[in-house]
Amino acid sequence: MKEIYLDNNATTKVDEAVFEEMRPYFCELYGNPSSMHFFGGQVQGKVNEARQRVAALLGASTDEIIFTACGTESDNAAIRSALEVFPDRRHVITSRVEHPAVLTQCRNLTQKGYRVTEIGVDSAGRLDLEELKAAVDEDTAIVSLMWANNETGVIFPVEEAAAIAKAKGALFHTDAVQAVGKIKIDMASSCIDMLSVSGHKLHAPKGIGVLYLRRGTPFRPFLVGGHQEKSRRAGTENAGAIIALGKACELAGTYMDIENSQVKAQRDRLQDALMASIPNARINGEGADRLPNTTSIAFEFVEGEAILLLLSELGICASSGSACTSGSLEPSHVLRAMGVPFTCAHGSIRFSLSRFTTDDEIDFVIKELPSIIQRLRQMSPFGREFLKSQV
Amino acid sequence: MWDYTPTVKDHFLNPRNVGDIPDADAIGEVGSLACGDALKLYLKLDENKDKIVDAKFQTFGCASAIASSSALTEMVKGKTLDEALSISNQEIAEFLGGLPEEKMHCSVMGQEALEVAIAKYRGEPIPEHDSEHDHGQAYPDHEGTIVCKCFGITDTFLKKVIETNKLTTAEQVTHFTKAGGACGGCIPKIQELIAEVLGQNNQPRTRPEKLSNLKKMQLIQEVLEKDIRPLLWADGGDLELLDIDGSKVQVAFRKACAGCASSGYTARMVEQKLREFVAEDIVVEEVAG
Repeated sequence: MKEIYLDNNATTKVDEAVFEEMRPYFCELYGNPSSMHFFGGQVQGKVNEARQRVAALLGASTDEIIFTACGTESDNAAIRSALEVFPDRRHVITSRVEHPAVLTQCRNLTQKGYRVTEIGVDSAGRLDLEELKAAVDEDTAIVSLMWANNETGVIFPVEEAAAIAKAKGALFHTDAVQAVGKIKIDMASSCIDMLSVSGHKLHAPKGIGVLYLRRGTPFRPFLVGGHQEKSRRAGTENAGAIIALGKACELAGTYMDIENSQVKAQRDRLQDALMASIPNARINGEGADRLPNTTSIAFEFVEGEAILLLLSELGICASSGSACTSGSLEPSHVLRAMGVPFTCAHGSIRFSLSRFTTDDEIDFVIKELPSIIQRLRQMSPFGREFLKSQV
Repeated sequence: MWDYTPTVKDHFLNPRNVGDIPDADAIGEVGSLACGDALKLYLKLDENKDKIVDAKFQTFGCASAIASSSALTEMVKGKTLDEALSISNQEIAEFLGGLPEEKMHCSVMGQEALEVAIAKYRGEPIPEHDSEHDHGQAYPDHEGTIVCKCFGITDTFLKKVIETNKLTTAEQVTHFTKAGGACGGCIPKIQELIAEVLGQNNQPRTRPEKLSNLKKMQLIQEVLEKDIRPLLWADGGDLELLDIDGSKVQVAFRKACAGCASSGYTARMVEQKLREFVAEDIVVEEVAG
């Protein structure tokens, strides 16, 4: 069955040009970039080029780029470093809708005696900047807020948030794994101290990430050992994946306009058509500034896992904020933080597009999803009552 | 992706007996929109009002909830009410070739709806819950109290599920009943219920008179595994047995217990339990490591 892949916030297809770029660096050019000989040196040169390409996409300098193994490592390294840099500051601020890579770490800190504040969001998923202003104080070591939400695509005003944190001397970190490549980022004109990137969210392979670290920002490494990454992240470089990420970042720069025109138009068409054809649905995060590729739609009276599996029967790959997909028993923490009504909290589906999404694929989902929702509503006691009331 | 059996997939994609029976003899409803799953079961009896001749269902929930409901309706047809009542949630799961443990609560929901339907038909009292959550209402018991406030689940219901499914950990109880799966506030209480049910099933435990060194070590490990670690898990903690030297038991505290201010108190609790079940002269030492 040919897949219709609309789950790009989970992971993306490796661009074939990216794969070709990395291919020689496994069986042929496999040298260690740290080696003194020519054979390692040529890999070093290519890693340097990748660093330039990543820096260019972020509007950063090459010495501000630290390669890591994934977005989660970057998030963990940023927060841990801030706490080590400021041993006397015992307060951490994040939001209620962060990715678990940040939220779990912050919640674990409460057991180590830290005060942790989780800033709330409104019903459209927008950050409460006033709450942030009130929460930051001289005891705050770090504020970590995501740039764009993985479930809803809602974009946070991270520059304003960073300015609020900096005013009290705290460090500011942003998990930008969903934003990079979709939103223009210019670290040169920003006051954000640290930023996390994940390769596999932008058509590079899994297992490669970046921690952007502003020049002059105090830092304590998470992994210690060798001198790699200027001793800020020890461990032999994952050269092939770094080279791939460099190419992916170059392409992301080229295709950013497409993300915000073609992809956005497809996303808008998908959500408009579904909202028109399926009664009692709502867009999670509607009215907020959102990523161009993401839409999360909640359908009343049906359950998300059942929708996903029926979509999957047709080859359509999407994702859900519902409880039953994860094995937990409550809807996602993001939807709960937004106060999504309980009648539809269990029936949310996220579609996340990419530059590889075609118009035909969008047409197919528009054609198939209404009957799936109808079928499940006819099976559901609440759905049946609703359908009767519609007649 | 869940590892659903072909039978689960078949009953999800081609559910049997979806719908309603306008002149049903018995109707059972459990679950709610807020809970994330709900089942409405209709039963039609023969002229003698003894055998189930038809069954239909409506389910709001995930694939395994729909498949469990479909399986249930197939299983009860042709059975007498008493025969139907004897269907356990394990039998529903077995009919489907098994369910992932995290989804066992779907099979429990099916069995629960069946009991509600039959209790209502027989005029046995079904208590009205003031909450919108109503899992566990198949177990009317005025002595029964709500344990899990999030999902409205009573101790009577939990004890029955723990006993019939031979559950030993709070995590399993969550998978089977959802209790403890939201805020987690009732997990200590669930631990107590497990201990209570296990206590009923086991012979009263007495300290053995004489123990060889090997038996003593085995018994220490058993008490740590069965009686002590589950209690610590309830608070997000854990311990590791490092060494046993005669009567000296060395343990290290893990997770939330590590560095916890009351770990000294916890160590004494461990010692007390071991003295109770193993030997009077046990000494517990907390070791960093």
